[in-house]
Amino acid sequence: MNVIIAKNLTKTFGDFMAVDHISFEVKKGEIFGFLGANGAGKTTAMRMLCGLSKPTFGMGQVAGFDIVKQSENVKACIGYMSQRFALYEDLKVWENLRLYGGIYGLRNAQINRKIDEMLNRLGFQAEKNTMVSALPLGWKQKLAFTAAIFHDPKIVFLDEPTGGVDPAARRQFWELIYDTADRGITVFVTTHYMDEAEYCNRVSIMVDGRIDALDSPKALKEKFQVSNMEEVFFQLAGKAKRKDS
Amino acid sequence: MKAVTAQHIKKSYNGVQALKGVSLEVEEGEIFGIIGPDGAGKTTLFRILTTLLLPDSGSAMVKGFDVIKAYKLIRRKVGYMPGRFSLYHDLTVVENLRIFASLFNTSIEENYDLIKDIYQHIEPFKKRRAGALSGGMKQKLALSCALIHRPEVLFLDEPTTGVDPLSRKELWEMLKKLKKQGIAILVSTPYMDEASLCDRIALIQHGIFLKTETPQKIIAQFENILWSVHSKQMFQLLKDLRSNPHVLSCYAFGDTHHITVEKKKAAPHEAAITIAELEAFLKEKGHLDIKIDPIQAGIEDSFLELANK
Repeated sequence: MNVIIAKNLTKTFGDFMAVDHISFEVKKGEIFGFLGANGAGKTTAMRMLCGLSKPTFGMGQVAGFDIVKQSENVKACIGYMSQRFALYEDLKVWENLRLYGGIYGLRNAQINRKIDEMLNRLGFQAEKNTMVSALPLGWKQKLAFTAAIFHDPKIVFLDEPTGGVDPAARRQFWELIYDTADRGITVFVTTHYMDEAEYCNRVSIMVDGRIDALDSPKALKEKFQVSNMEEVFFQLAGKAKRKDS
Repeated sequence: MKAVTAQHIKKSYNGVQALKGVSLEVEEGEIFGIIGPDGAGKTTLFRILTTLLLPDSGSAMVKGFDVIKAYKLIRRKVGYMPGRFSLYHDLTVVENLRIFASLFNTSIEENYDLIKDIYQHIEPFKKRRAGALSGGMKQKLALSCALIHRPEVLFLDEPTTGVDPLSRKELWEMLKKLKKQGIAILVSTPYMDEASLCDRIALIQHGIFLKTETPQKIIAQFENILWSVHSKQMFQLLKDLRSNPHVLSCYAFGDTHHITVEKKKAAPHEAAITIAELEAFLKEKGHLDIKIDPIQAGIEDSFLELANK
């Protein structure tokens, strides 16, 4: 089953074609890597899929809902986490989760049960009453992820979730992603770490607003006859006419 | 003379020790990388070395001048590009550059040769407001501004954070050219793969240097036996490898997992388990297409090993 469908999805700002007729599908439970150079159009595409920006042309469906006509339904069944997305530093761990549960309309009893369930799964029960400001960055990121999937979304969008964290925490984070996908939540993720592209089931690479490649990392490496995803990226992004520089 | 020296620098904020006694020496014309995650103390160290922050204890010199006593002199000799874009958003590209030049009593024309390679990329947009530039262009403008007074030492705080792999590569090529001009460059980054582009690196975590060496030596000093492992089910493989008593650590590394393996007590250069034995163990767990190879460590392997010590 496809949980994301994009058909000729396009966004222009004046003369500028930020996203240029992209078409793709993402399957349920898939880890989908959304790669591209800065300025290639990733954020614009992601904002359209999250129901935050209207396409100029084309259509999109997320979890069965139309991203234009049913954008509020889309928002209710997705989770979103960005690199710099801050939890509330001056709230405790459980208070942050409580807030997210409330925003997504969960009931109190449900929220309290969920907080314990989530913290136990993370092995984080002991920090329930810790102020978020006192947590190390790696833990803040795990907690931000937990908040993003607190309401059991169908899809979670992660925008550079691992920027700046240490190598061990970066890997622990990906294990959390694997675990989430295992439980049927689809993961749509952007990253600038090319080793992380290898952890995805499939990746797309955007160049100048288009999707110039979409396949499993293995198939892409074979197609471009290189040994790693970084080389694939260099070959594709190097052809960009729209230079960010 | 060393470009930069520091001895036992300590700094705390609100009871949190950001730097717990850091020492370093940077040679003339060297690219020195300070590599570690967010919150490790990189920015604090840069701000102390560029005279913007006083250390609680310890001492540091830049070009032979003390960072506390001779701060005014040092400010003329260093270029500093902070991690956050801190130019004037409402001024144009050329206006920003002119301000920095005039603050140092010089002009764009006088030092144009030094910034030419970098500035040329953004010169066509010189009348655009800095706030309206793309990420990559902002970065090039900030670097031009940090260089316009011909500094002897350049401090770049995370110039590649959040930047795509191709633009990162371009930036490193620019730094190599600047090095040829004799400028010492201190650069911090959370990307471990950039270590190999530095002459020497310091790995930093929780306010201490885990090690300072050339990237080649750090890798050569890796102590454990390291294998890469691949199978068809990579997530399950991670769990199964960890359940083996001879596997000391197991981390995902792109398309393989890297494991460190217990050594034989009698023969410490040999692994306590053979590749064939581990393969049999994984086969029993139901894995297909198993591939195990002894490998050379990379910087991330070294960082993980040193951080776990």
